[in-house]
Amino acid sequence: MKLRLRIWRQSGADAKGRMVSYELDDVSEDASFLEMLDVLNERLIAEGEDPVAFDHDCREGICGACSLVIDGQPHGPQAATTTCQLHMRQFKDGDSIDVEPWRAGAFPVIKDLVVDRSAFDRIIQAGGYISAPTGTAPDAHAVPIPKQDADAAFSAAACIGCGACVAACPNGSGMLFMAAKMAHLGLVPQGQPERSTRVLGMVAAHDDAGFGGCTNVGECAAACPKEIGLDVIGQLNRDFRKAAIRAA
Amino acid sequence: MSIDYYREGEPVADTKAPAGPIEQRWEKRRFSGRLVNPANRRKLRVIVVGTGLAGASAAATLGELGYRVANYCFQDSARRAHSIAAQGGINAAKNYRNDGDSVHRLFYDTVKGGDFRSRESNVHRLAEVSTEIIDQCVAQGVPFAREYGGLLDNRSFGGAQVSRTFYARGQTGQQLLLGAYQALQRQVAAGTVDLHTRHEMLELIVADGKARGIVVRDLVTGAISTEIADAVVLATGGYGNVFFLSTNAKGCNVTASWRAHRKGAYFANPCYTQIHPTCIPQSGDHQSKLTLMSESLRNDGRVWVPLRKGDDRSPADIPEAERDYYLERRYPAFGNLVPRDIASRAAKVVCDEGRGVGPGGLGVYLDFADAIKRLGKPAVEAKYGNLFDMYERITGENPYERPMRIYPAVHYTMGGLWVDYDLSSNIPGLFVTGEANFSDHGANRLGASALMQGLSDGYFVLPNTISDYLADGPFAPLDEDHEAVVAARKEVDDRIAFFLGNDGDRTVDSFHRELGKIMWEYCGMERTDEGLRKAIGLIRDLKAEFYKRVKVTGTAGELNQQLEKAGRVADFFELGELMCIDALHRTESCGGHFRAESQTEDGEAKRDDEHFSYVAAWEWGEDEPVLHKEALVFEYVKPTQRSYK
Amino acid sequence: MSTDLQSRTAARSAKRAPKPTGPWRSNIGLKIAMAVSGVLLVLFIIAHMAGNLHVFEGREEMNAYAHGLRTLGEPLLPHESALWVLRIGLIAAAAVHIWSAVVLTRRSLAARPVRYHSRKPAKGESRHAVATMRWGAAVLVLFLAWHLLDLTFRTVNPVKDVPDAYGAVVATFSPERWPVTVFYLLALVALGFHLRHGVWSAVQTIAGPDTKWRKRTQAVALAVALVVVVGFAIVPLSVTFGLVE
Repeated sequence: MKLRLRIWRQSGADAKGRMVSYELDDVSEDASFLEMLDVLNERLIAEGEDPVAFDHDCREGICGACSLVIDGQPHGPQAATTTCQLHMRQFKDGDSIDVEPWRAGAFPVIKDLVVDRSAFDRIIQAGGYISAPTGTAPDAHAVPIPKQDADAAFSAAACIGCGACVAACPNGSGMLFMAAKMAHLGLVPQGQPERSTRVLGMVAAHDDAGFGGCTNVGECAAACPKEIGLDVIGQLNRDFRKAAIRAA
Repeated sequence: MSIDYYREGEPVADTKAPAGPIEQRWEKRRFSGRLVNPANRRKLRVIVVGTGLAGASAAATLGELGYRVANYCFQDSARRAHSIAAQGGINAAKNYRNDGDSVHRLFYDTVKGGDFRSRESNVHRLAEVSTEIIDQCVAQGVPFAREYGGLLDNRSFGGAQVSRTFYARGQTGQQLLLGAYQALQRQVAAGTVDLHTRHEMLELIVADGKARGIVVRDLVTGAISTEIADAVVLATGGYGNVFFLSTNAKGCNVTASWRAHRKGAYFANPCYTQIHPTCIPQSGDHQSKLTLMSESLRNDGRVWVPLRKGDDRSPADIPEAERDYYLERRYPAFGNLVPRDIASRAAKVVCDEGRGVGPGGLGVYLDFADAIKRLGKPAVEAKYGNLFDMYERITGENPYERPMRIYPAVHYTMGGLWVDYDLSSNIPGLFVTGEANFSDHGANRLGASALMQGLSDGYFVLPNTISDYLADGPFAPLDEDHEAVVAARKEVDDRIAFFLGNDGDRTVDSFHRELGKIMWEYCGMERTDEGLRKAIGLIRDLKAEFYKRVKVTGTAGELNQQLEKAGRVADFFELGELMCIDALHRTESCGGHFRAESQTEDGEAKRDDEHFSYVAAWEWGEDEPVLHKEALVFEYVKPTQRSYK
Repeated sequence: MSTDLQSRTAARSAKRAPKPTGPWRSNIGLKIAMAVSGVLLVLFIIAHMAGNLHVFEGREEMNAYAHGLRTLGEPLLPHESALWVLRIGLIAAAAVHIWSAVVLTRRSLAARPVRYHSRKPAKGESRHAVATMRWGAAVLVLFLAWHLLDLTFRTVNPVKDVPDAYGAVVATFSPERWPVTVFYLLALVALGFHLRHGVWSAVQTIAGPDTKWRKRTQAVALAVALVVVVGFAIVPLSVTFGLVE
């Protein structure tokens, strides 16, 4: 198939970027979106041009590295699918496709389509863990956990930290990412002792990183490749209210 | 240069493993090893390279103990290390099922599964520690699958007779890694760990015979810097990407291990690679990686190919009588559930006969029609729905209606840097953990054992053994102008300058692809003397062409993904050659290493315990590598020939 | 050692202005303030709408209701004092609501300094809100100003006699003043969308329901929005079309 790509090119963090057009003939519909970009890059290198930089690693939808806004949609048009698992058969011959980086003040562009998502790590550092130093653990069966809680905790913990929620949110908010981690840890008994400090710490780190606030419009959940829902944000709000009142 | 491409040196021995009853050895070693008092730990700096299961767990635990840790990863976040992609589960000898499991049985199964090419002492320790790992992970909040009573669920995995595998849906690696990642981030916040993401280790600094630091490149700014410490831990994963196409992440590479190898660290058993039978086949030349489909699919799917060569009818049009269910035919007792290495090789045999299906004839059918007839579509959907969806996303074919196509792909590498019982390489101060070392899986790794080994090394083994070495520290400070530091930096600078200055016309990927094809063809599922010799020649020619014609655009002072790749592929050339030499010298078949010359009458792998019951530890040599043999002694598990007929 | 990295991080954090600290100044804290004040405003709006319906009982009943508001609490309390307490509460709620909205909107705009080139229609559960909340709020603020001048202060209303609430309503929505009615209806549409999202959003922020209750809350929000819009719209439409004279 023939494609016309418009890709955001920006040579460095402080450089001015712009959309640049590329024509591709003979794209296989069995190729993944990233493989299509690989083909483009091979051509650019052969022509002596700088290839398009983009983040990717596992290419099987779990590491969370890939991060492209395709035609205005984080990870592209297919639901519950990361960019690396998006295949070209989702597009039509002759399509024109826009490719942009995640856009958020907290995710500054490093180069082309690569952004700095270390703000997510800082949110986790502010409390996204259970303090259990190695060697201190009791037997794994010491505390039974109801299956539905374990399953719900897993569903929240399935977050891959890709940042599509931020990219999709009209407010550039990282609430879904933060709430998913809090829901995971808040649903298991081991996570209870630090529940209050966790929510206050993570919320402060989230705001400090420059993410916007939540307006409950749900764009994050619609974009999430792991289909994490707004219920985790509800739980975060609940935990926050309780902790903030107690802290006041 | 010798006809065998190598020469033999002195044998090597693991001097740290205590003697005596096997179940007491780990405790004995922990007692005999020296400790570092808590006040002194602050004065000791440890570098950990890699943030996967083995790296993150080690860095977090060393930080908790009070050492000053510097942790590096090339990914943009520690959470993205490729451990995240492990699907199946993690073994532990908890015997929660009361089905006869024990530490000794896990030990036995692992030694046997490794085709008697691993060390008994190491494997026993792994089995002992396995139970603590589960406790640790649960305490961290890892959401393992549970039963309605609230207790942990277990499943049988990889043909084991007991249910000892703990799992979190099909994303066990992700959940375990996030547990370790969160423990690591807690230490980052506490200030005990300096975490450097988007940094790649490009050289090891060895001064006065000790590993004292690394040279890293900041992948964002391109700045080269050095990090000096009292010990260096490599937890940098496996080298499956030497094949270009594998189930590994695109960034996985051998550079850290290879740089250590070139500085004197032995590389052990490089030819032991695991080929996983159920991956989605290649769809075209654009293919950049292969995706694993869970092994569990073989529980209900039936593997077949057309009976007739070149039969290109649609699978639905091929009548039952013209299908060959070759696994069921050849292995009536185990059928479709034979171990990974056997299923992979059988697929290769039928495809070599020209009976493969799909593009290029490189695929076999995995058919669920019978399962759907027997169990009903809803039951199949409940069991495998997410896998079927993933298959359809990638191939565009609906596996409920048309059999899946699968083909083997490189998945894991059992070989790695040689380490002793303390996980120390032969360079004092250089420790190696996880897939990067060679220690526990012998010639073949069992399912759900990689996660176990990574976490065992990182949480429990290394933090206990490294203190014996660090007790001699802190070592004399090393200045930036120390000759070892200057030399290491210069090597890195020169390499980068070469790639950027080379007036070439071929992309790095085109070389990598070609290298991968050579490796897959001659050092993949089946190896022969003739093929390996040919491969060594081809690799040398290709390497020479690489240095002549490779083209890298951009500059050194920026994010330059081509430059990153060029350095990695350069190291893959040298590794690939060593893999072939190792495979050539080991004229027996064992585990993931199948030599066509060494098979039984009915085509099964034949070990040669008399001549090859040893670890092949290779020392780097500018002209040819030097082989050091470490004899394997079996006191508790008697080597037998595996049979699945 | 690794000084390049430290300077890199330092350079990055230096660019950011420090945010006010304390949980109540956080995005969620402000959002809770917005939600609580919003709930108070919704309660007022519902009461206001119900009060408006007195117009169908005729001039005397309507004016008596208006008078009753001024004399609420008498003789225990001085004239209009209860009303002023309510008014001050209302003004405070509106002030908190608008102030938190402004602060949060400014933070949101700062959180996406560079916009996307291509934009796709919203896909989320409250997709209408993306387009309607902020513009709708602006319409409502403008309307509020007009509404106060029209029916509270009577500056722009033909009927200056304050006790004659009925007369003022009939006069302002008379057929020849149809633009007033159109503006009123437009503001109601904005209010309807505002409530449809705002009501469930407030519940989500304050109470954090699970998925089942969130869906129910969204249904309730839609019902509240419809009732309020219809309840308010019926008065001007009745006047304009001569059902109330």
